[in-house]
Amino acid sequence: MSRLKLTALQVLVGVVSLAIWYVFTTYPIFGKVLLPPFFFSNPVDVVKQIVAWFATGVIWKHLYVTLVEAMLAFAIGSVGGVLVGFWFARQPRTAAVFDPYVKAANALPRVVLAPIFTLWLGLGIWSKVALGVTLVFFIVFFNVYQGVKEVSPTVLANARMLGMNERQLMRHVYWPSALSWMFSSLHTSVGFAVVGAVVGEYLGAAAGLGYLIQQAEGVFDVAGVFAGMFVLAAFVIVIDVVVSLVEKRLLIWRPMAGDARL
Amino acid sequence: MSVSEATSAVELHGVDVAFRLAKGGSYRAVEAATLKVADGEFVAIVGPTGCGKSTLLNIAAGLIAPAAGRADIFGAALTTLNRQAGYLFQADSLFPWKTALENVAIGLEIVGTPKAEARARAKDWLAKVGLGAFGDRYPHMLSGGQRKRIGLAQVLIRDPKILLMDEPFGPLDAQTRQIMGNLLLELWSADRKAVLFVTHDLEEAIALSDRVVIMSAGPAARIIGDWRVTLPRPRDIAEIKLDPAFHTLHREIWHMLKSEVIKGYAQAEGR
Repeated sequence: MSRLKLTALQVLVGVVSLAIWYVFTTYPIFGKVLLPPFFFSNPVDVVKQIVAWFATGVIWKHLYVTLVEAMLAFAIGSVGGVLVGFWFARQPRTAAVFDPYVKAANALPRVVLAPIFTLWLGLGIWSKVALGVTLVFFIVFFNVYQGVKEVSPTVLANARMLGMNERQLMRHVYWPSALSWMFSSLHTSVGFAVVGAVVGEYLGAAAGLGYLIQQAEGVFDVAGVFAGMFVLAAFVIVIDVVVSLVEKRLLIWRPMAGDARL
Repeated sequence: MSVSEATSAVELHGVDVAFRLAKGGSYRAVEAATLKVADGEFVAIVGPTGCGKSTLLNIAAGLIAPAAGRADIFGAALTTLNRQAGYLFQADSLFPWKTALENVAIGLEIVGTPKAEARARAKDWLAKVGLGAFGDRYPHMLSGGQRKRIGLAQVLIRDPKILLMDEPFGPLDAQTRQIMGNLLLELWSADRKAVLFVTHDLEEAIALSDRVVIMSAGPAARIIGDWRVTLPRPRDIAEIKLDPAFHTLHREIWHMLKSEVIKGYAQAEGR
């Protein structure tokens, strides 16, 4: 399939979906509007709402707040995950002692922590950051732990025979290996940082995309809910593109999927 | 030690190697291995699969400790890693996150050589192994033979007194092995390090080395034969194999090795 044709088809899917949405929410079919606009709004209103947000500029503040929360959650969660992951991987005894608690903490659905964090940290950004951190931490932690444990024994023996001491092993062997595992989960961890921020906002906040959606929902403004969802989706796509670019740079030494030579 | 007294580069005295088994008890891999490698000598160890040749090499490298006996390196007992040895592994051992150039330079950088100097010398070494134009490639972008060349440069740039090689060309195809063998001989003849070369390929062993040591099938593998290879140097791997002296020696050693190889297979299948 040529690129042009592919793009045309992709656009077509979007246009048809929007058209169906529009028709079913606007025109009665057999005397009945199948999707009542009260519950489903319609594309025109949603677009109007989005345009209004951007025209007045109110959306920027909310986007900014969500972005800051997600980035803080990602940064703090990653640093914590890397440190603890390294520590556990190098100290099997500590890891064994803490193992059941790590498993229990990871098994807990993190959303239930949101009220506690709100209680502890208030309605500002930090309760959302904390929620995001609990999500990001475990992803990074497990990956770094794995990355340090799964260093090829031959590469390790070679490093030793080349004369590396513990610190050099850390820097030239364990660290790059752990980072490569962490980077390969970058999409997931960044995604979860955003989830933490938005869910936190939804459950109680003064600003942010989650707050925007929750406010619209509170006054049965379905167009506002949909508009918030579309803006959120676009926001996540932009972040994902950025992550892909970063990943491509950082993991340049890794064979691409489907590369025959390993 | 006096200068006149020739000390061996590597000397193994009655080395036993035992591995503890998961179910309890232990498996005796090598028994009473005694072996001397003189400085500047190229010694090949040949034996059936699983006879513990690599284990012996790891003893000389200090990667594992013998259950009994001891290893002397230039007359001094080896208690930690063998700092005077370079080790070329059978499996891929390059750092996949470093470029070819970085992989070669690292050996110098970790002993504190300034980065610029390390890089410059690494470049020279890449040229010596015929990969001058591949410095910025990552290992996964190189073929198996090219990776072995990088590995060789990585080890040799540190100028070790002893070179330990564990079936380094095992995973390569026949042509590449020949080319790599010739490259190894060419680099070795420049400064004649002591080499301990493990292989299961008798032809390769004879073509490369000054001495061929034969090990019996495991468990409790022993050194059962020691042949001197007097073929003239410099050698070309492909040509030396046509030499009648090569054939005579090959037939003689193979006669002994064959029964051990059969034993080795029987044991592997009986398990």
